[in-house]
This record gives sequence, C-alpha cells and structure tokens, in this order.
Amino acid sequence: MINHLIVGPLLLPLFMGTMIILNTNQPIARRRILGLFSCLAVLVITILLLFQSADGPIQTYVLGDWPTPFGIVMVLDRLSAMMLCITALLSLLCLAYAARGTDRQGKNFHALFQFQLLGINGAFLTGDIFNLFVFFEIMLLSSYGLVLHGGGGLRTRAGMHYVMLNLVGSSIFLVGVGILYALLGTLNMADLAVRMAQAPAENAALLQAAGLILFAVFALKAALLPLCFWLPDAYGFTSAPVAALFAVMTKVGVYVILRVYCLIFSDFAGVGAGLLTAWLLPAALITLAAGAAGVAGSRDLRRITAYLVIMSVGSLLAVIGTFQREAIAAAIVYLPHTTFMTAAMFLVADLVGRQRPDAGTGLVPDRPVGQPTLLGLLFLTAAVAIGGLPPLSGFVAKVMMLTTVKDSAGAPWIWGLVLGGGLLTLMALGRAGSVIFWKLLPADDPGTGRETTPVPVYTPADLFPAVILLVISPLLVVFGGMITEFAFAAADHVINPVHYIEAVLGPDRSFPLLLSSGGE
Amino acid sequence: MEWLVSACFGVMIACGVYLVLRARTFPVILGLTLMGYAVNLFLFLTGRLHTNLPDIISGSQTQYADPLPQALVLTAIVIGFAMIAFLVVLSLRALGELDTDHVDGHKEKPPS
Repeated sequence: MINHLIVGPLLLPLFMGTMIILNTNQPIARRRILGLFSCLAVLVITILLLFQSADGPIQTYVLGDWPTPFGIVMVLDRLSAMMLCITALLSLLCLAYAARGTDRQGKNFHALFQFQLLGINGAFLTGDIFNLFVFFEIMLLSSYGLVLHGGGGLRTRAGMHYVMLNLVGSSIFLVGVGILYALLGTLNMADLAVRMAQAPAENAALLQAAGLILFAVFALKAALLPLCFWLPDAYGFTSAPVAALFAVMTKVGVYVILRVYCLIFSDFAGVGAGLLTAWLLPAALITLAAGAAGVAGSRDLRRITAYLVIMSVGSLLAVIGTFQREAIAAAIVYLPHTTFMTAAMFLVADLVGRQRPDAGTGLVPDRPVGQPTLLGLLFLTAAVAIGGLPPLSGFVAKVMMLTTVKDSAGAPWIWGLVLGGGLLTLMALGRAGSVIFWKLLPADDPGTGRETTPVPVYTPADLFPAVILLVISPLLVVFGGMITEFAFAAADHVINPVHYIEAVLGPDRSFPLLLSSGGE
Repeated sequence: MEWLVSACFGVMIACGVYLVLRARTFPVILGLTLMGYAVNLFLFLTGRLHTNLPDIISGSQTQYADPLPQALVLTAIVIGFAMIAFLVVLSLRALGELDTDHVDGHKEKPPS
C-alpha cells in the first residue's frame, strides 16, 4: 500500500509554482492566494505525515514502481517528517509576511518561493544521492533568485558570492557522488550503506575521500566555519521574509550530514565507519566560536541575526558530532526552536528597521522608533528565546543538549562554547535592544534638527507572522514532553541504519551491516 | 589511455581553479565552466573506460557499457548549463549596478 501523501510536499509546490508563472501578468492578489493556498495545503499534508510517522514505520514512495534500488525512491522517516513540517509552517508565515509588500518588488517572487519549497522538501524526502544533488540545485537556483529579490548593489554583490561558491560546491558534490558510484555501483542511499559495509579494504582510501568530499559540500550548505563567510552578507542584505525562510536552508545541510553520515558512513559501515567523528565536532565548535564573535562584533541587527544562524548550526552540529542517540535526540529538540526563533528575529529586525527610516537596523543611538513598546516587547521575547533564558524553549533545549553530551569526550568544549556563546549572544542582543529601544528620541522632538520622515504604523496583519513564530517558543515548552519522546523515537531511526535499509530495500537486506560490525 | 584521461581531468580542474581565483567575473565564469566540463568528464568515466561496447544488455553480449553515468552526465550538463547562464546574467547586472567587474565590487584604480 503506497501512501500518496508523501509526494504531496513535492507535487503541490511544483504545480502551484507553474500556475503562478501562468498568472505573472495578472493582479498580484491572485499570485498571493495561489502561493498561500499551496503553503497552507502543504502544511496540512505535512502535519498528517508527521502524525503518521510519529507512531508508524519508515514509509517509502517508489516513483513509477521501479523496484528499489534501481528506481528512484522517496523515504519518509520521523526526522524528515519533522523537517517537512518545520519548513511548511515557516514558509506559510514568511509568505504571509512577504504578502504585506515585499513581494511587490519583483514579479516572480511567488513562483520562486514555491520552487524553493520544492527543492527543500525534495532534499528532505529523497532516498537517492543523485536526486539529492538535483533537489539541491532546484533549491539553490530558486534561492539565487530570492536572494537577489528587490535588487540593489549590496544584494547583487552578496548574491554573486553566494552563486559562485555554490557552483563550485555543486561541482565538488558531483565528484563525490561519482567516486561513490564508481566504487559501489549504486546511488540509492540504503543500497550504498549495504555495499559500503561489504566494500573491500583496498577501496577504503577512495571511499573515505568521497565521504569527506561530500562533507565539504554539506558543510558549505550548512555554513561550517571555513565555508561560512558567504552567509552574513547573503542573509544580512536580502529581504526579510527570504532571510527568515533561509533559516531552514542551513538546516538542510545539517539534516543531510545527519542522514548521510549516520546511514552510509555509520558505525556498521566497514571501511567507512566513523568517518566524521574526528572532523565534525571540532569544525562545529570553531564555527560556534566564530559565530559568537560575529554576533558580538556586528553593528547591525540583521547581521547579528545572520551570525546567530551560524551559531545555531555550530551548536547543532557540535551536539550531533558526538554521534550518540541521546545527543541526536537533543539536537532534534533544539532544531525547530532555533529555526523558528532566528526566523522570528529576522522578521522583528525588519519591522524595527522599517520604522527607523534614517538608521534602519543599524545600532545607531538617538533615532526614533514608531512603536517602541510593541516592537520592544517582540524583540525582548525573541532575544530571551534565542539567548536561552527560562521560561522559553531555548533554555529547555539547551539544557537537554548539555546534559546529553556530558559523558562524551568533547563535553568540556561543548559546554564552554555553548554557554559562552549564549552569554555573548545575550550581551550583544541586550546592547542592541538598549541602543535601539532605550536611547531613542521622540519622533517629533524639535531638538534633533532632523527632518522627520513618516514611518509605517503596524497593524495586526503586519505583525502576526512574527508574533506566531514567537508564540511557537512557549508552545515548544508546553508540549516539551511529547516533542522529547518524538525526538528520541526519531533519533532511534536515525542512529541505527538497519531500520532505514530494511524499510527501503526489504527485510534481511541489512544483514551485511551486522556481519561487518560482528567481524571487527 | 587511463593516464591521458586522468591528465585531461587534472589539467582542466587546475585551469578551472586558477581562473576561479582571478576575482574578475569573466575569468570566474570561464573557470566554473571548465570545472563543470571536467566534472562531467569525471562522471562519464565512473562507468569505466571501454571501447566498442553496447550500452544495453542483450543475449549475445557478455559485456556492456554502463548506461547510468551517461544519464547522470546528461542531467549534470543541463543543470550546469542553466547555472552558468544564470551567472552570466547576474555578472552583467553586477557590472551595471556596481560599475566594476571585480567580484568584490572593488573599483578600478585610476591609471597613474
């Protein structure tokens, strides 16, 4: 029995994106309705899928009914169902925010947005490593358009760096995939895992090289330290709803690292076993430190938020880098929190920036803000959640991450850097908040000697996407027990490749894995 | 033949990397194109080097060329072509907006 809902998150954005292109020269309301309808429908489908997978087995969708491993297969396990759900909710809110005016700056915003969702959802669902490349490219090509949306010299420059780096990344990805195919003769990820376990020792060096080449590509997507310098410019200069949506794009890199290195290069993988244990944790910790330095050193709220994205990737991958079931569960709890809160911060920063016409989001004192109390409260909530203070979700998730890694060898480093980074974040956000909201002159102060420009006054319709994103944070705490149980169940499926392989290839096909680990 | 093919691949990648590091949009595009070609060649070679082998299985043939890399290369070529086309348009726009072809937007020094 095939569950056709699984391809819904792919087909619906594809179809709606095409419909939106056909309506390019119609009034913008029609494109908005089509786009919002698509996001809403995908959200409903992904919530259904999430509940199905929460207490069900790993489901597969075999395109064209070609037998695996020869045909293309989509795989839905708990982790990918959760990622789909996060993406759908975030995209709906970002699109609702964009529909308040950002989408007027270019005709194809809504179409690109749908294709972006197609790429992201595809990367979460695919069970085939070449298809992963194809969905990455769909995701990237739409993101190139979205980064440049609205135009301007700064966006063009940042966008050019982003495009060139990712083109190099795509080439390298193909080299890694080529080596894997040449040596193992398959592209299906479950089949790759089985054949990796059986690979002869003389191919060990090449297979490990392929694994590390792929890691470089995924690290570029996730923005790990030597490969993260594109992110502050690209996220800092692009329009706010796009930056908020991109908060989930770096998580695609995190998801793929978790998927590939717990499946193909798992502990059972023979010559490829434990490939990343020496690399991931140090790289993630350095990224975390660099992100914290960037947060502390930035003079602009948008840039601070962009560095917060780097910090969140660093903390996630540092915890994942221990490759233990409990730690991965904690990372799965932290992931929705950090995605939604950085996205909320991008939106709040944009709301603040639009009410400060001559300073924008820059940390310049003595500038009027149109609605300081309202925006100040939103900013405070976002800052408390991101900084990891009780009672919001950041605190709970961070405590869980720190307690689960306390027995691993890298624990002192993880504790020190996560807590130190949190302190720097709080100081930077506290400084930003006090400069923007406390050192302000009233808008009509005659002593400033400046022309007062009229600023937009926000109605609930402008604010609700950011408010809903912030409301998610206490909800993550209230339903914390359920989420934690789900995270442990998801981590069970992620850390043990046997479940995935048997779901895709059929029972007993994971036998070589057990054999190779028994033989060591 | 292995030596010749791998030398081709290496030289193309080396030239591509050199050109990408030039920091002007036109050489960077040429470099990325070269790297794309080299990677396509590499993908093609993952089916191993053969001559005169059919790429479909038939009863009379015991050996056949792997058809899958050819399909992969086709996909990679199409995607790479689209990306390069996009980058060309973006570079032209950057030239118009930033008034320079330097990738970091640095202005040309006036001739002294």
